[in-house]
Amino acid sequence: MHGFAPSQRLSLGRKVLQINWGLVLLITATAAVGVAMLYSAANGSWNPWATRQIARYGVGLVILITVALVDIRFWWRYAYLIYGVLLVMLVAVEVVGSVGMGAQRWINLGVIKLQPSELMKVGIALALARYFHGVSAEDVRRIPYLIAPILMIGAPSALVLKQPDLGTALFLIMTGGAVFFVAGVRLWKFGLVFAAAGAAVPIAWSMLRPYQQKRIFTFLDPETDPLGAGYHILQSKIALGSGGLFGKGFMQGSQSHLNFLPEKQTDFIFTMLAEEFGMVGGLVLLALYMLIMVYGFAISLRSRTHFGRLLAMGITSMLFLYVFINIAMVMGLIPVVGVPLPLISYGGTAMLTLMIGMGFLICTYIHRDVTISRHGGGDG
Amino acid sequence: MYKDSTRFKSFSRRVAFLGGGKVLLLSLLAGRMYQLQVVESDKYKTLADENRINLRLLPPPRGTIVDRYGRELAVNQENYRVTLVAEQVRDIDTMLDTLSGIISLEDYERQRILREVRRRRGFVPVTVRENLDWRDVSRIEVNAPDLPGLSIEVGQSRQYPFAEDFAHVLGYVSAVSEKETTGDPLLELPGFKIGKNGVERVFDLNLRGKAGNTQVEVNAVGRVIRELSRQEGQPGADLRLTIDRDLQKLSADRLKEEKSASAVVMDIRNGDVLALSSVPGYDPNEFVTGLSSKSWRRLINDPYAPLTNKAISGLYAPGSTFKMVVALAALEARIVAPDHRVFCRGHTQLGNARFHCWKRHGHGWQDMYDAHQNSCDVYFYDIAKRIGIDRIAEMAKRLGLGTRTGIDLPSEKGGVIPTRAWKKALIGTPWQQGETLISGIGQGFILTTPLQLAVMTARIANGGKAVVPRLIRPVAEDGTDVDPDFKDLGISRRSLDVVREGMNRVTNVRRGTAYRARISEEGMEMSGKTGTAQVRRISKAERETRVLKNHERPWRERDHALFVGFAPSDNPRYAAAVVVEHGGGGSKVAAPIARDLLLETQKRDPANRRTAPAAARAPAKSEEI
Repeated sequence: MHGFAPSQRLSLGRKVLQINWGLVLLITATAAVGVAMLYSAANGSWNPWATRQIARYGVGLVILITVALVDIRFWWRYAYLIYGVLLVMLVAVEVVGSVGMGAQRWINLGVIKLQPSELMKVGIALALARYFHGVSAEDVRRIPYLIAPILMIGAPSALVLKQPDLGTALFLIMTGGAVFFVAGVRLWKFGLVFAAAGAAVPIAWSMLRPYQQKRIFTFLDPETDPLGAGYHILQSKIALGSGGLFGKGFMQGSQSHLNFLPEKQTDFIFTMLAEEFGMVGGLVLLALYMLIMVYGFAISLRSRTHFGRLLAMGITSMLFLYVFINIAMVMGLIPVVGVPLPLISYGGTAMLTLMIGMGFLICTYIHRDVTISRHGGGDG
Repeated sequence: MYKDSTRFKSFSRRVAFLGGGKVLLLSLLAGRMYQLQVVESDKYKTLADENRINLRLLPPPRGTIVDRYGRELAVNQENYRVTLVAEQVRDIDTMLDTLSGIISLEDYERQRILREVRRRRGFVPVTVRENLDWRDVSRIEVNAPDLPGLSIEVGQSRQYPFAEDFAHVLGYVSAVSEKETTGDPLLELPGFKIGKNGVERVFDLNLRGKAGNTQVEVNAVGRVIRELSRQEGQPGADLRLTIDRDLQKLSADRLKEEKSASAVVMDIRNGDVLALSSVPGYDPNEFVTGLSSKSWRRLINDPYAPLTNKAISGLYAPGSTFKMVVALAALEARIVAPDHRVFCRGHTQLGNARFHCWKRHGHGWQDMYDAHQNSCDVYFYDIAKRIGIDRIAEMAKRLGLGTRTGIDLPSEKGGVIPTRAWKKALIGTPWQQGETLISGIGQGFILTTPLQLAVMTARIANGGKAVVPRLIRPVAEDGTDVDPDFKDLGISRRSLDVVREGMNRVTNVRRGTAYRARISEEGMEMSGKTGTAQVRRISKAERETRVLKNHERPWRERDHALFVGFAPSDNPRYAAAVVVEHGGGGSKVAAPIARDLLLETQKRDPANRRTAPAAARAPAKSEEI
């Protein structure tokens, strides 16, 4: 099936031409929506968020293109190493991480405060893609072959849970789960995991911090404490609902601009968008994300290496999880877990993570015809 | 080489599943958007407006209170106050500590603040301190960053420029207590005050006005962004009293020479109360700002009862001022004639009991005029015995004694006019004739208020018209004053003339008991009657040796001094009653005060003044028409 495979080594010039500019355009369009919303969030000011978000997007774009142009075999080769480095960083957060938002999540690198748990979302996709690339279709069905990848998900998840950050831990597990699923792990095993998870709920509950328990209670019945913990969800729903079909207009959202809406520049930015541009604005953004995901699926299916396919699916699933969890959260469908809206919420690490992820997606596209054998090297 | 194609087949199947799942979940999001933004949108729009728009009450300015000539008695002053919103304060105790370093906070203020904070909802501002001076205002403003939740507001506060001189008439306003809340949001406003006493209380609703409101857009922490709409309220109506400011001041000043006293001056034709004082008074301004518990204890423990309006709530045996009632009852019953004569030998005997005249050795022969002039007790024992208690009581009631006059002031007392039936019902024993005798000189069970005595005098003076005292003049729609048409009490002119002549002699005949307190200005002469009400029983032993003079007895055991009078004697216009508690003799203590008041009242009468003050001219005219 490799017959006259095109050259395994592409020149840089050809690679640049191969970059999926349509996808880059979609990403840029989404980020532009984000900048507009941050401009509105600051009551019509480029400061303090919009300008810095543009800068971050710029840096992110450079990183995206860099990641995309690097040979996919390089990423394959160093997948475990990258994963390992991120794991070490997660441990380091435990040790030296500075306290932010009531949880230890950051590493201060001087220029940027890095949140390794965020980057680990890509790291897990990378490592699992590499692992399942090397496991045959038959072996995937055997339990012993699943021990290593489960540990790959388990180790960072446990570390993140300890921070404590239940939302990101679950995020990591779900990203990994998506790769497991497309890698062909049998469905009953997923059932087993769900059953085990169900059994573990009481134990996990007792391990949750009081604020986490409160968040879940609040989610279950936000109206019980409208001025306390349920305030955020309630105000978010009011903002969304009052936006109606066409919204109140750019910079006209009363809920956002009169500060009833919490965290409007980060986790609740979708609410602000939907308040000012209504359901139509919300659906347009959702459509942008869906288009990016369609690209992801297409790239995945088009790739000739299993590594690339799995990586692309992992990244696409990550994007989906960001979008779904964030929007479902601000609409009161799931508890508030602190997941940003990808490419739009103000925040450095999330932007970096997304741009790296999108870089891998484009990298897979550029190297769609490159093949890697199960155990490494070119098409030996 | 491995079989990539089989793996791809399984992979693409799973991808299809995953893709389907994602589309499903994203549709769920779109569905939720539809639910919130289309189906339930109206509900959330309302909620968003409720968030954004605050309806704020605009307290109406309280009506001012002026005297009969339009001179201010109770006014509103701009007032800076500091309020706190509990919700925005992390720890109220620490904040109050910080604040007391800036403006001194007394313990009782602290307790009141904490009590109000507990009582009200977290976002309702609570008044910390009112009437801040500029120094305090600027100090708080400078320290504002350390005092989140505190803010300075401008409001209006009630001021009583004449303090205690008008306290018992005006009353005062003060903060709404929990019991007084009616659900009217106006009463929940911080710093809102309602009338608690005097006319401030009786006419509270008129003075209060109607609240306006304003719709303001607020942000999440309640800061006002802009005003959306405004509906002005209706300011409280001004209140014009019948009181004459200067006369009231004179009356208060004169009474202050005594420890505990009260006085009423009224117009006998229309019932206008020109002065109504009770001494000692209290400063109503203290109640407006909030009384310290120390001041409050001082007021309620004061033996001279400064909080009691003695002119309407003080109950006294009328003593000899009651003698006109007995005389009228006797004349009207046609049981005695004015020339009926009684020989006074200093006492009279009834069975084994001996009833003394105030003059130990007696007055000799007395007719009705003499008996008034000399206040002969034996004469009134005699005629009281002849007519019986029920006739006396009937006349007393006709003249307004023993029942509330209905004046527009709170806590007026009714008093007691005894009858046979009354004693049977209340005490259960039959009436004794001896009791009729002592009732004949205004002692025994009889209790009246100084206001009732003034009304009684006015009714005698105005020819038997049932005049009723009033503090407010009803104003007709065309703006003119309405003078009531009082019904006739049905007392004959002849009888009234006899009694009035008796009263004339009290002050205007050299031997009269109050001759020294007469008015000598021509045309302004006063007629009156002294009264000295015993507050203790004089024992037989004491009578045999020597009755102690008033100044020899402890204050509490001294007699009450009373005087009622009207002027001018020949064409009566004004009546007055003065009661000095434990003041001694009515002629010596009470009569001079009544004289001063009635003299000044006549001098101030616009009809007697060549140049009336501008403000006085208008009402004076309508009075005369």
